[in-house]
Amino acid sequence: MRQRWFQKLSLVDLLLWAFRAGVLLLVIWGTIGTLSAGTYSGETWIDLVVFGLSQGSVYALIALGYTMVYGILRMINFAHGEVFMSGAYTAYFVADALARAGHLNRNPILSLLLILAVSMVTSTAVALLLERIAYRPLRRAPRLVPLIAAIGASFFLQYAFRGLYGSGFKAYPEAEILKGKWTIAGIEILRTQAVVLVASVLMMLGLYIFVMRTKMGTAMRAVSEDMEVAALMGINVDRVIVITFGVGAAMAGAAGMLYALVFKQVHFFMGFVPGIKAFTAAVLGGIGNIPGAMLGGLFLGVVESVGPILFLDGLGIVAPYQLKDVIAFTMLVMVLIFRPSGILGERLVVKKA
Amino acid sequence: MSTDPRLWGGTIRTGLVWGGVAVFLALVGMVEAFAGRQIVAGVISLGRSLLLLTGLAAGYQAAQRSAGGGPMLILSRAGLAGAVAGALLSALVLVGSALDLRQVLVNASPGLFSLLSFGQGVAGAYLTVLAAMAAGAAGGVASLLAARARGPLVTGLAGVLALGLFQELLDPVLRRSIVGSAIRGLLFADNGLSLPGAFATFLLAGGMSALWTDRKAAARRWLLTLPASRRLGLRLLALGLGVSVLLLLPLAAGPFLSTVLVLVGLYTLMGLGLNLEVGLAGLLDLGFVAFFAIGAYTAGLLTSTGDLAIANLSFWGAVPVAVVVSLIAGVILGVPVLGIRGDYLAIATLGFGEITRLLFLSDFLRPWLGGSQGVLGIPKPTIGGLELKGPEHLFYVTLVSSALVAYIAIRLRDSRLGRAWMALREDEDVAEAMGINLVNVKLLAYGLGAAFAGVSGAIFAVLVGSVFPHSFQLLISINVLALIIVGGIGSMPGVVVGSLFLVGLPELLREFAEFRFLVYGAALVLMMQLRPEGLWPAAAISRELHAADEMVRSREATRLTDAPPTDG
Repeated sequence: MRQRWFQKLSLVDLLLWAFRAGVLLLVIWGTIGTLSAGTYSGETWIDLVVFGLSQGSVYALIALGYTMVYGILRMINFAHGEVFMSGAYTAYFVADALARAGHLNRNPILSLLLILAVSMVTSTAVALLLERIAYRPLRRAPRLVPLIAAIGASFFLQYAFRGLYGSGFKAYPEAEILKGKWTIAGIEILRTQAVVLVASVLMMLGLYIFVMRTKMGTAMRAVSEDMEVAALMGINVDRVIVITFGVGAAMAGAAGMLYALVFKQVHFFMGFVPGIKAFTAAVLGGIGNIPGAMLGGLFLGVVESVGPILFLDGLGIVAPYQLKDVIAFTMLVMVLIFRPSGILGERLVVKKA
Repeated sequence: MSTDPRLWGGTIRTGLVWGGVAVFLALVGMVEAFAGRQIVAGVISLGRSLLLLTGLAAGYQAAQRSAGGGPMLILSRAGLAGAVAGALLSALVLVGSALDLRQVLVNASPGLFSLLSFGQGVAGAYLTVLAAMAAGAAGGVASLLAARARGPLVTGLAGVLALGLFQELLDPVLRRSIVGSAIRGLLFADNGLSLPGAFATFLLAGGMSALWTDRKAAARRWLLTLPASRRLGLRLLALGLGVSVLLLLPLAAGPFLSTVLVLVGLYTLMGLGLNLEVGLAGLLDLGFVAFFAIGAYTAGLLTSTGDLAIANLSFWGAVPVAVVVSLIAGVILGVPVLGIRGDYLAIATLGFGEITRLLFLSDFLRPWLGGSQGVLGIPKPTIGGLELKGPEHLFYVTLVSSALVAYIAIRLRDSRLGRAWMALREDEDVAEAMGINLVNVKLLAYGLGAAFAGVSGAIFAVLVGSVFPHSFQLLISINVLALIIVGGIGSMPGVVVGSLFLVGLPELLREFAEFRFLVYGAALVLMMQLRPEGLWPAAAISRELHAADEMVRSREATRLTDAPPTDG
């Protein structure tokens, strides 16, 4: 028995194990190095974790769109990051107008809700157009065809918005009410981060209830289970797909507005990196799995925020924050290689690939 | 049929869709940016032609959809569709004049509105509708014409468009010789084609096209009656002509055109490499730029005379090293992704590509790779004391390496390995069951593809004279992917066609460069829907993608043959 196991271990497996062990070793070594040096206080760590959670909740909101669409169509909506960007970028103009008219500080809550609504509506509209024009005709095509179309759509949207709104960074206005910090349970939290965290958790709860409790949500789950059988049961599959795209995009639109609150600027290229990271989050949590996407987003956010200092500083790497994205991408690659079904994975990927 | 109200609704919708396209083109900035380039001097600019084309398309489509009605009905439908499209544009003019849209939409400038309303402002809004109606009706007329007449018409107009577009480029070339100057005087005004020149071009191109459609079959028959040796001779002659044109091209073209040609060559090299992975083996790689970067950095570091120099090799010594290093990098990055398939593979390779770029960019590796400043002071290659300094000289390097790589690629495609790749593309599990060693075959695809990109990177390093991480964005991977898909996935000539269209054209038309990725994106989406096999398809892929149609067709055919009642 033992010998057969040994024979089965090929050179490739050996290399993969070496890769896994190498990354693990680097992480442990770096962590020990950083912690033993003790340069960073407990407060710094807490700040980093809170920042990571608020950013992670934005990733989680975007990841929902990936995960829902994948659950139903088995396709990676590569242009989802651009759906996110379109909402944030369009809402900027509303935010700017409100700020100039003084409404943003006079009626902050109403203004913020209006901005949020514009962002969500724009994203939804873009995603519905995308589905109708680019994806629907390709539903029966070989697998790579829709992916390539999605890559094309992603670039088309980026440069369309660049042409429409201009190519510069735009500074997002700040509401007075969101400046400063709140102290919650002895921890000081930036107000924006607290708002982002609470808002996205509320959104996710709402979505979860929608998917689990409503008739439409049940239809969605049925379609993702088996499209043909769902159609036989009298479910209008086209409508379910459109609504899935719409709901995912509304979440991305909300995420866009929250992201802009935290980073205070928008740009036509802003969707790319968060899009990839949200995809990472979706894969981390097991693609097609809604609570998984939420957990994956939060986890990725925290790792990305704490990671550069925790893992890399201890290795004596200069300017570890430059390598923040390397950590995220490495996580993406590692998950895809070693556990494509994700942390909460329930689906097997090979069957569908 | 003419009373069917739904059809009129469809016509209006066609008009609205194309009107929306026109408004989008205007707001995204294309119309105004292209307005500076005259096609026919003083008559029409590229920007206006763009709008005209949307009107024509609206009319043509509306006419096609009401096929079967009388010509008057078809024409009125086409005109209506055009007018609806024009109405959207004039609505844009009205809104834009009343409100200041520029706060939000940067291209909604007075210049654009004056262009749309023929310089008349709000008062000219009806002109837009009229012009669009005329364009729509013209589209309707085109749809009524027999295909025999439509072909030459379209070719003639395309000829005018092409000559008008490239006037600026042809100008210096034509000026060099007496014959060229004479042609120039005949056809061109200072800016774009002259009116008689446009007519002459139209007649010539259209006439040639008509002649060709007429004579194609006869010419082919004549070719077939020739003895085999004569046919071979003709083929060699054509080949020789093609090669000598290519060899003389940079001499006639000058440095700017040569740089463009070198870029086309570099992308052809990368395209041939990616074609092995995506086209033959079906492994979608979005991190391909990493190998281009690795080739460029290796060649740069080995030949550089700057601070980061490690070897001071000559270019010719560095290229093989760069190729080997890229090959090894391809295999190393290939190992972890061996088990991943389909779209997950695309994302994983994208992750690797981004990691590579971020590492090149980071301060952490700065002492070795130069961080954001990159590697400087890369000398030009020399042959026996002659320095290949200009792009005209580097063109030959690119040409020779492209030819060599294309030869290798074709031999690979037709080899046992190539067939294994194609089996892999069709079905991994079946391929494995047939005894193909998946690990070796996949790693060879990654390694060889990466090696081709390495050659390209090494030439790029000497062309630019320095290597920066910013030259290796994800956009390059997308570029290469787009060009092999537009050219025809899996097809070798398609790679050349694709890089001519997607790399050459945007470089030549400066106004176009800004909209390059917009057009690429649209091209990818449209290509996937209309012609997923590409412009110059490989036979196998085309067959596969149209397998469904063929099945339907053969079923229909059997039904037809079965249709007559048989005895017994």
